[in-house]
Amino acid sequence: MTHILSFQLNGAPVQALVKPSDSLLDVLREKLDVTSPKRGCDSGDCGACTVLLDGTAVRACLTCALTVEGKQVVTVEGLSREGELQPLQEAFMAHGGSQCGFCTSGMLVSATALLAKNPHPQRQEIAQEMSGNLCRCGCYEEITQAILDTARKGE
Amino acid sequence: MKKNGVGMCLVLHPTGRKGGGDPSQAIIQLKPDGSLFLKVGAVDLGQGALTMLRQVAAEAMDVDIATVYASNRSDDLAPLSAGSAASRVTLVDPHAVVEAAKDLRAKIAAFAAHRLEIDAGNVELADGKAFAKDNPHHHMTFADIGMIANLGEGVILVGTGAWQPSPVQGHDPETGYLDQESVISFGCCVAEVSVDTGTGEVEVTKLVQVWEVGKAINPLMVKQQINGGLQIGMGLALRENLFPHYPDPTHGIEALADYPMPTFMDYPPELIHGIQEVPHPMGVKGAKGFSEGSATAPVPAIISAIHDAVGVWIHEVPATPEVVLRALDAKEHGGATDYWSHQDRSAWLA
Ligand code: FES
Ligand code: FES
Repeated sequence: MTHILSFQLNGAPVQALVKPSDSLLDVLREKLDVTSPKRGCDSGDCGACTVLLDGTAVRACLTCALTVEGKQVVTVEGLSREGELQPLQEAFMAHGGSQCGFCTSGMLVSATALLAKNPHPQRQEIAQEMSGNLCRCGCYEEITQAILDTARKGE
Repeated sequence: MKKNGVGMCLVLHPTGRKGGGDPSQAIIQLKPDGSLFLKVGAVDLGQGALTMLRQVAAEAMDVDIATVYASNRSDDLAPLSAGSAASRVTLVDPHAVVEAAKDLRAKIAAFAAHRLEIDAGNVELADGKAFAKDNPHHHMTFADIGMIANLGEGVILVGTGAWQPSPVQGHDPETGYLDQESVISFGCCVAEVSVDTGTGEVEVTKLVQVWEVGKAINPLMVKQQINGGLQIGMGLALRENLFPHYPDPTHGIEALADYPMPTFMDYPPELIHGIQEVPHPMGVKGAKGFSEGSATAPVPAIISAIHDAVGVWIHEVPATPEVVLRALDAKEHGGATDYWSHQDRSAWLA
């Protein structure tokens, strides 16, 4: 059985035909062609699929698609404003917070949620909040620096 | 009780293959809009091979890097490269790119000489333009040339290049020196650890890693490779394991959650990287590869730091809490300070 699911994706209304068993990640990647959330594990372990759901970072692979009806979903595409990169994104580039890029959209989304909750995080708090996002290339130090830098400049 | 220790590791990391047969090729084509399309065979897994080769091509062609596109997406279309392995790409592939650039420059110069109605010997290429040496105002941009060649005259301007290091004969028995072709990168890693003697847990509190890379073509990416290697090295030293090992039929893991690679929480609170440059005569601009070495150096550094902290040499990685506790136990009960767990591993699992 399929249902018509309607929600806001990066500020614009979208609709998709979904099965009850579809995850939000299935809908984004396969139905709506938004491939920035990556399917790293499909079991909640890697964080590469992280998106904002009404402002909270969630794993799209563990989110039942039908539960987002009427809600706001933001992927990394929704972070820039009018084509301008945000300071966090600029800081990722300046510090080298990305190598292969597979984890990067999840990292940016998680870090955005972190800074919204806690605009001046300590190093330890960053480690704690970001520890659900894995990076095999090992950009943790660069990402930590990028977040600290963004927080400093936001003062 | 927590005990602290410091350990160090020095690495001589050979870059490129020494036995001969280590070729790389490159193709650069001038597009109708004057941009350059670079095709290489080196695979970019995220280490930045394509960015680095675009930088080399942009400099060799004397154009803005924003006008150089690169691809290595398909074996069907890409020229040959002996692979992204053996830390060889930074050593070998830039030579092929430089050769391809020379070839393309000659072709562009010949084409421009004809259009500008000057001697081929009088053409100079710089800053994305071809001009007469004796009258720089008499010029064509690469965009003019790309448009006229591709669309006006129906010719293709493409440069090709290939290179491989010559085979190495080994060291000189008299002096002990290696051939110049035996390119080695040098690394050093120092680790500070804190070992919990009650739980066997090892925390890396500080890690310093320095590499001598000849010339860092892209220093930001060199830093990423040093710090990224550290993460892989920490994983190898302390956590990541595919036990039971191949060829055991149950070898492998079911989910990423069962494979404890380091997270943000495991990263040392103090992390220092260093880049030393001693240009090597075999490398383009003196550059050598090194990255794989940065993933291995932390392992002996961490293991010797554990020895410094608690006095046992662990001969098997990963040094998980279980391995550390068993090593401490063996020392306490039998006085052994060397610990080879793998021989009796099946016994403990029984
Ligand atoms: S794909 Fe969702 S956490 Fe890995
Ligand atoms: S940049 Fe490759 S996994 Fe993070």
